[in-house]
Amino acid sequence: MQMESNVQSENEQEVKKVPKKPKKRNRNPSEGWQENLAGYLFIAPMFIGTSLLVLFPIISSLALSFTNWNFVSGFQGANFVGLDNFRDLMSNKLFHKALMNNFILLIAVPIMLIISLALAVIINKYVYFKDFFKIIYFMPFISSIVAVAVVFQVLFHPTKGPINQVLMALGVENPPGWIADITFSLPSVMLIMIWTGIGFNLIIYLAGLQNVPKELYEAAEMDGATAWYQFTKITIPLVSPTTFLLLITGIISSFKVFDLIIVLTEGGPANSTLTPVVYLYQQAFIELKTGYASSISLVMFIIILIITYIQFIVQKKWVNY
Amino acid sequence: MTEKIDVRKLIVTIIMAIIGLIFLMPFIWMISASFKIEEEVLTYPVQWIPQTWNLVENYKTVWTGSMPFLVLYWNSIKVTVLTTLTSVTISSLAAYGFAKINFKGSNALFLIILATFMIPPQTLLVTQFLLYRWIGLYDTHLGLILLNSFSVFGTFMLRQFYMGISNELIESARMDGAGHFRIFASIALPLVRPAIATYAILRFIWTWNDFQYPLIFLRSKELYTIQLGVQSFSDEHGSVYSLMMAASVSAIIPLLIIFIIGQKHVIEGIQLGGVKG
Repeated sequence: MQMESNVQSENEQEVKKVPKKPKKRNRNPSEGWQENLAGYLFIAPMFIGTSLLVLFPIISSLALSFTNWNFVSGFQGANFVGLDNFRDLMSNKLFHKALMNNFILLIAVPIMLIISLALAVIINKYVYFKDFFKIIYFMPFISSIVAVAVVFQVLFHPTKGPINQVLMALGVENPPGWIADITFSLPSVMLIMIWTGIGFNLIIYLAGLQNVPKELYEAAEMDGATAWYQFTKITIPLVSPTTFLLLITGIISSFKVFDLIIVLTEGGPANSTLTPVVYLYQQAFIELKTGYASSISLVMFIIILIITYIQFIVQKKWVNY
Repeated sequence: MTEKIDVRKLIVTIIMAIIGLIFLMPFIWMISASFKIEEEVLTYPVQWIPQTWNLVENYKTVWTGSMPFLVLYWNSIKVTVLTTLTSVTISSLAAYGFAKINFKGSNALFLIILATFMIPPQTLLVTQFLLYRWIGLYDTHLGLILLNSFSVFGTFMLRQFYMGISNELIESARMDGAGHFRIFASIALPLVRPAIATYAILRFIWTWNDFQYPLIFLRSKELYTIQLGVQSFSDEHGSVYSLMMAASVSAIIPLLIIFIIGQKHVIEGIQLGGVKG
């Protein structure tokens, strides 16, 4: 905050200096050192903040990941341990499990895309009160994940929860234990991920659908094409860039699922919902293994980097649909 | 063309409304449970309209009990409003700088800032935590506000809008002797007001819902924000579902109202940025 007010007052000084300028009319005012200075002043708060809170931390976590620093023992206890942290991490069963769980979570992404696209097409063309439906499906996305997780904890209750009571009433004899059950806990997390994510994907698909030329549908209709034919032969190919974008954002955001798991299961039962981010949190802030946690950060950073790189390569080939 | 009601469209609308209702069932259940006495929360079949109303008692316990939501609300409002103001100011200054000022290295600096967008925030937590302990921002609202104030998304999005302002307009103001700050404040800013509103609403929602930063960077209970409060409330009253639901409703409802009022801005902003919170 303070930083900002400084910048503003410096900018005001700059304004006061300006009246000198008209004397040299033939010089272009949008060049020269004053222009440079103005530019730096405008971006200074953003740049300084980003340097301190992003660039500096990422570089220091690179350095820390080669130490065995434990937060409690302080700087004196820190030793350079080379690649030990990474070696430990690579042979750590829990970390493997966390990575595996995260890959299973990815299954939720295509499911979410299919549901969202179907809803988007229906809302775009076949219903009245479009805006109303947008609001309904968007609500879970803007709701607090913490509160949502608390609600689902109760809904998913194995014996007394409304979901299982309905299932039992429908004749299911042994309904799943949802978040209390090792095999169903991850699917439960995925279910909530899909429920909260549909709104976002739907909204982006709706924007993508506006770019599909109406004439194509009109021509297809004149040729007597069915709605299904139009959907598979026109809509799906023409929204493929949107699908690709959503696939990538979906994959990346699945690596960031944190709030939901922490509140819902804390990674349990028996680590069945542990993900790398949750593991990172546990190692850093509960076990206080700072150096080790830094190496987890770095590995995750590299995973995201690889995904982004793949996106970059594939996107280039995708330019013409 | 006369507006005729299409029967098929009407039927699809009704079916979609039913699906929508099922989709929102968890919310409806949450609200209904928060009005009930504890004994009736889990009765089957579900009673959507409470038999015994306990609305006042439940919410009174939540708002003034051991984890008073009054305090949590105040903290959240303070943090969210200040974060939104700071972030909008910083982002629009930077966005104007990148869009409308020709300074040396502007492209390189912009790329650096853009590149940080890919970094998952969790990978920064450990060192941010150490840094905060070291410079004394740990366990302060100021620290929390700063964490959400430097938004690449905001800078990028607002830059697109500033770029839409004609260069001639800026040039002629420059010729008349106006400095960049004056142009920014009196010409550029008013022109991009809708974009600023969009970003401000998004930032408000994201900050209000933020759980991760408060969880790691706050320790004192009296500084807790609402999301952290809901979590520790549910740890404390984990078996009293009516109270937990009243707490959840309290955390969700103000935002839903803001969203419904500003829904056009929110939806356009999301479509424009294509970015998840």
